[in-house]
Amino acid sequence: MRHLLSTRDLERASAIRLLDVAEDMAQTADRAVRTLPALRDKTVVNLFFEDSTRTRLSFEAAAKRLSANVITFSAKGSSVSKGESLKDTAQTLLAMGADAIVVRHHDSGAAHRLANAGWIDAAIINAGDGTHEHPTQALLDAFTIRQRRFGADARGRGLDGVRVAIVGDILHSRVARSNVWLLHALGADVHLVAPRTLLPHGIDTWPVAVHEHLDEALALAPDAVMMLRIQSERMRDAFFPSAREYGREWGLTAERFAALGPDTMVMHPGPMNRGLEISSVAADSSGSTVLAQVTNGVFIRMAVLYLLVAGSGSDADPIGGQG
Amino acid sequence: MTALLIRGAALLGGAPADLRVRQGVIVDRGSLSAEAGERVIDAEGLVALPGLVDLHTHLREPGGEASETVLTGTRAAAAGGFTVVHAMANTTPVADTAGVVEQVHRLGQRAGYADVRPVGAVTVGLAGEQLAEIGAMARSAARVRVFSDDGHCVHDPLLMRRALEYVATFDGVVAQHAQEPRLTVGAQMNEGALSSELGLAGWPAVAEEAIIARDVLLAEHVGARLHICHLSTAGSVDIVRWAKARGIAVTAEVTPHHLLLTEELARSYDARFKVNPPLRRDEDVHALRAALADGTIDIVATDHAPHPVEAKECTWAEAAFGMVGLESALSVVQQAVVETGLLDWAAVARAMSTAPAAIGRVEGYDEPLAEGSPANLTLVDPAHRRSWAVSDLRGRSTNTPYTARELPGRIVTTVHRGVLTVDGGELLGPEAVIAAHQEVDHG
Repeated sequence: MRHLLSTRDLERASAIRLLDVAEDMAQTADRAVRTLPALRDKTVVNLFFEDSTRTRLSFEAAAKRLSANVITFSAKGSSVSKGESLKDTAQTLLAMGADAIVVRHHDSGAAHRLANAGWIDAAIINAGDGTHEHPTQALLDAFTIRQRRFGADARGRGLDGVRVAIVGDILHSRVARSNVWLLHALGADVHLVAPRTLLPHGIDTWPVAVHEHLDEALALAPDAVMMLRIQSERMRDAFFPSAREYGREWGLTAERFAALGPDTMVMHPGPMNRGLEISSVAADSSGSTVLAQVTNGVFIRMAVLYLLVAGSGSDADPIGGQG
Repeated sequence: MTALLIRGAALLGGAPADLRVRQGVIVDRGSLSAEAGERVIDAEGLVALPGLVDLHTHLREPGGEASETVLTGTRAAAAGGFTVVHAMANTTPVADTAGVVEQVHRLGQRAGYADVRPVGAVTVGLAGEQLAEIGAMARSAARVRVFSDDGHCVHDPLLMRRALEYVATFDGVVAQHAQEPRLTVGAQMNEGALSSELGLAGWPAVAEEAIIARDVLLAEHVGARLHICHLSTAGSVDIVRWAKARGIAVTAEVTPHHLLLTEELARSYDARFKVNPPLRRDEDVHALRAALADGTIDIVATDHAPHPVEAKECTWAEAAFGMVGLESALSVVQQAVVETGLLDWAAVARAMSTAPAAIGRVEGYDEPLAEGSPANLTLVDPAHRRSWAVSDLRGRSTNTPYTARELPGRIVTTVHRGVLTVDGGELLGPEAVIAAHQEVDHG
């Protein structure tokens, strides 16, 4: 694997390997010395054309835990906001000696373009591109589901037969896209739930079951319910009439939450709109994985950086022995 | 050299014959022997076609000289076998006055590579609010007959009705860029499963088809002619077929790229494949080819749209729409519809010369390669094969989608008003072309 651009072309074996390496990374979190030397003298650039404090901090923490030099380049206030092109920015970073570029961009395909246009020779990690993909988010979601489901026995496993319902603005969600492909590759039974206005055209060709009503999907007793953030400005574009109606029809209300099985995971990529797509009682419940997702995000990003940047020895054990 | 003898060319792909050109006119045709002072062009194995007529070209001048000028664009045209181009109105300033269209027309005359027929804007500034001075442009020295807001749809139905009526008054035609603007806000590529996967905002087929359906009915109601630019979907074909069966005076064009390329190319996020209307599905490509073969679609037009490098070396959403197409048009048509057995060369001549000339009211193209016709012709070597490269381009911009694609055919010779603009596969220099025109005009 040279870059991580999408989960669409991630095979099951590679995905499981990534999750397993993340398990290794998670174990190091309990050590007295948590920093690993794996990326010493390597430079990781966080290139953020779009604000995302959470994702940026997660990647920064991951790179630092691997001893990399970290440069963060935010578009706001930099030459990028003054009209510098993606190409020129990439070549500037190349001149700085970047080994890996973590890129977040408001346009779909930006990471793909950086990886393939011949502008720069560095590992490219997609940290979210437009409405296309957000592969590390899907990986951390899969990691979280696997760990909750299988605990210490998670290593080496897929998610075969695990039923996951993803609810909300599928149309505009890169998180949903990355999760669809990854969860499918891992053998999960994926269900998407949204009003028809927020379902992408041609979704019938995706390897998922589609529901227009949340109650219909919840009746199938999913193992995990993943609520997507809904942007209330969507109602101005006639995707739904009001926040209240959206919450009533597609929100994980207290009533819907109460009807879920006791082991059902409640997931959210954050930031949450409490009272809109998710009720506080659901978000703060013991079934909620919201904070675990944040913690696991660092491990997944460590695994990705390690596998892409540590070089030809990346098949070696990253932490020098199991535990 | 204004006396030419073209030997042994397959006229419109038919039987080989000779053509004699004197003072800008085809004076003889048949089995001819060389005369003194005559340049003999051996055209054995070549197909002779009438000079190609492009109804849809962006020459960018005035205002966009970084991408193309009238001179560079008509050089690209000659290299592609064209002798007439219709220069679209979306320049800066917009071609919405007699002054601008006359300037563009004159620049074409001065360059001498092809006749430049300016297209006039339908509305002032392409803003879709009030009619441009259509009469003044029609009566100007540029004699404008095609009016279009191309790049923008004349979406207001009342304004479109008035435009059809008013343009008909001057024997013109409205060439509609059929795109419902509200259905295509932020649109990036064909809407379907692939756009959903790639996360690129969709440009649904219905946004084109709804406007075409409305406009053929308007054209019927007011009894005016209507031309549809760059038709791109199977559904649009069905509507135009229905309209023609009903006797509505509608004509339609398809671009070479819509006859060959599909939306799958967007997977690369390489903005060279970003065009408006977008590349569609395989089934659309096949419907467009069939429609060109059965006459539902009348013409092929390039929509040659030059852009500077930086407008394509960026993310897909940031990139400009459009591709250059003059140099590659005939090769792409050969690959898409000739080699697939759908059109013979006579039909290609109709779709790329006779019919577009008739729509644009261009004189001298109604009897291709006939004795007494103006000497506008091109000789193509259909057996030639090449891997298309940026070095095959002759315009100022390089945004071709065909790089590294194997394409058939090569323009060996182009004759514009009796003057060689391409000779032995090489584009002639500006001074040589100007000098030859003077010789024809005064010799």
